[in-house]
Amino acid sequence: MNQSSLLKKYLMALTGIVLVGFVLVHMAGNLQVLIGREAINAYAYALQNLPAPILWGSRLFLLVCVLVHAVTAYQLIKENRMARPRANEIEVTKRAGWASLRMGLTGSLMLAFIVFHLLHFTIRAIFPEYNDMKTTVGSPDGSEIHDVYSMILAGFQVDAISIFYVICMFLLCRHLAHGVSSMFQTLGFRSERWRGKLDLAAFAYGWIIFAGFSIIPVLVIAQKYGLVNCLETCGSSCSVNL
Amino acid sequence: MKLFLKVWKQEGPEDEGHFESHVLDGVSEDSSFLEMLDQLNEQLLGEGKEPIAFDHDCREGICGTCSLNINGYAHGPENSTTTCQLHMRKFEDGDSITVEPFRAKAFPVVKDLVVNRSAFDKIIQAGGFITVRTGSAPDGNAMPVPKEDADLAMDAAQCIGCGACVASCKNASAMLFTSAKAGHLNMLPQGQAEKDSRVLNMVAAMDEAGFGNCRNYGECSAACPKDISLDYIAKLNRDYGKAKIKKVFS
Repeated sequence: MNQSSLLKKYLMALTGIVLVGFVLVHMAGNLQVLIGREAINAYAYALQNLPAPILWGSRLFLLVCVLVHAVTAYQLIKENRMARPRANEIEVTKRAGWASLRMGLTGSLMLAFIVFHLLHFTIRAIFPEYNDMKTTVGSPDGSEIHDVYSMILAGFQVDAISIFYVICMFLLCRHLAHGVSSMFQTLGFRSERWRGKLDLAAFAYGWIIFAGFSIIPVLVIAQKYGLVNCLETCGSSCSVNL
Repeated sequence: MKLFLKVWKQEGPEDEGHFESHVLDGVSEDSSFLEMLDQLNEQLLGEGKEPIAFDHDCREGICGTCSLNINGYAHGPENSTTTCQLHMRKFEDGDSITVEPFRAKAFPVVKDLVVNRSAFDKIIQAGGFITVRTGSAPDGNAMPVPKEDADLAMDAAQCIGCGACVASCKNASAMLFTSAKAGHLNMLPQGQAEKDSRVLNMVAAMDEAGFGNCRNYGECSAACPKDISLDYIAKLNRDYGKAKIKKVFS
C-alpha cells in the first residue's frame, strides 16, 4: 500500500504487457477452429499435456498477473477518488477518450468475464456435460481425447452466451485501445513523435483481438441460423446440452 | 455585455461551501476575466456585501498565481491561456459562467476561489539542490549543452506552477508539474549529479501530498497554459525506473 504511485503504475504496465501478449497467443490458438476439428483438438491436447511444471507454472503466473493488475488498479482508483473529495460542478473533457476514462469499468467487467470464461470452458463447471465430449480426431496416438471443437460449437450455440462473449471482447478491445499505448508511457517509452503511432497501434491491436476472438461465436451463431456453412458439424456429443 | 455568474463561496477550509449567483451588467469585452471579477467585487462592495476572494498577481500570464475552473475548464476554455489572459470577448452577451476553485485534496480551499498550492512547494523542496561551483562566474561555454537539450529543458522550465494540470486531471494528479520540474534539471548537465535522488524524492513528496495517480488521459497537457508536453511525464517515469533500479541494486 505504501508503494509509490509510479511503482504501482509500473506494476500495471508490466502485468499489462504479459496479459496483452497472452490474449494474442490465446486468439491465435483459437483461430485454429477455422482450420478444423483436428487442428484445435490437437493443439488443446498438446497444451493440456504440457509437463506439469510448465502448465501449472504458466497458469499460476497468468493468475498472479491478473490479480496484481486488478488489485493495483483497485488501489490506484481508490487513491484517485480520495484525491478529489468534492467533484467539479461542471466536468469537461478536452482530450481523454472513452476508453481511457472507463478503464476501471471495462477492467472490472473483464475480470468478471475471466471468471465466467474459466468456469465455462476451462473448469467446465457451468455445463459439466462438456466433459463427456470425447473424440479420437486430433489425438496423437488414436486414444480418446477431449473434443474441444464440439465443446466450442456447443458453448456458442446459446445465443445469449455468444452475445455476452462478443460484448466482452468489445470491452477488451476498448481496454486495450488505451492500455497498450498507455503502458509505453508508464514505462517511459513514449514521446510526442511516437504518440500517434503507438495510439494507432493500440487501436489496431484492440480491434484485431476483437475480430479474432469474436469471429468464432459469430460463425457458430451464423451457422445455427443457416447463414453460413463453414464449420464442421457438431457431432452427436453436441446435443448434450441443447 | 451582461453575464450570469455562478461563483463558489466558501468561508474557510472547514466550511462546506456553496455557489452564489450574481448578475453583472456592463462588462467590456476587452476586459480580462479577472477584471470582470474585479468589476463584480466593486458591485458587491457597493451592495455592502463581501467581495469574492480569488488569486491573482502579475496578470501577464507568467506568474502562475491565477487559477479558477471556468465552466469546467482550468483557466477557461481557451488553449494555452491563463485566466488573467482570458478575455471576455471569448464569451457571449447573456452567457452563464460557472466559476469554481481548482479542486483537489492536496489544494485545500483557503477562501472562496483561493486554494493553497503549497503542496507544489513541498515537491520543489524535495527536489533539493544542484551541485555547482560557487565563487567566480564560470566561463560562458565551459559546460557544453546541446541546443536540443537546452530547448527541451527550457520547454519544461516554462511551467509556472499554476496547478491547472491537477485541476484538469480526472484524478487530480500532479505528474505534469512534477515531471516538468524534475525534467528541466534532469536534461541538463548541471542536474546530473543529484538526478536520481531528485526524482525519487520529488515523487515521494508528490505522493505524500495526496495527489492522485496518472492515467495518461492527457487532460493536464491540454489544460496547461504553457503547453507542457506529456513527454516529460514519460521521461519522469523513465528516470524514476532507472533511479529505483539503481537504488535497489546499490
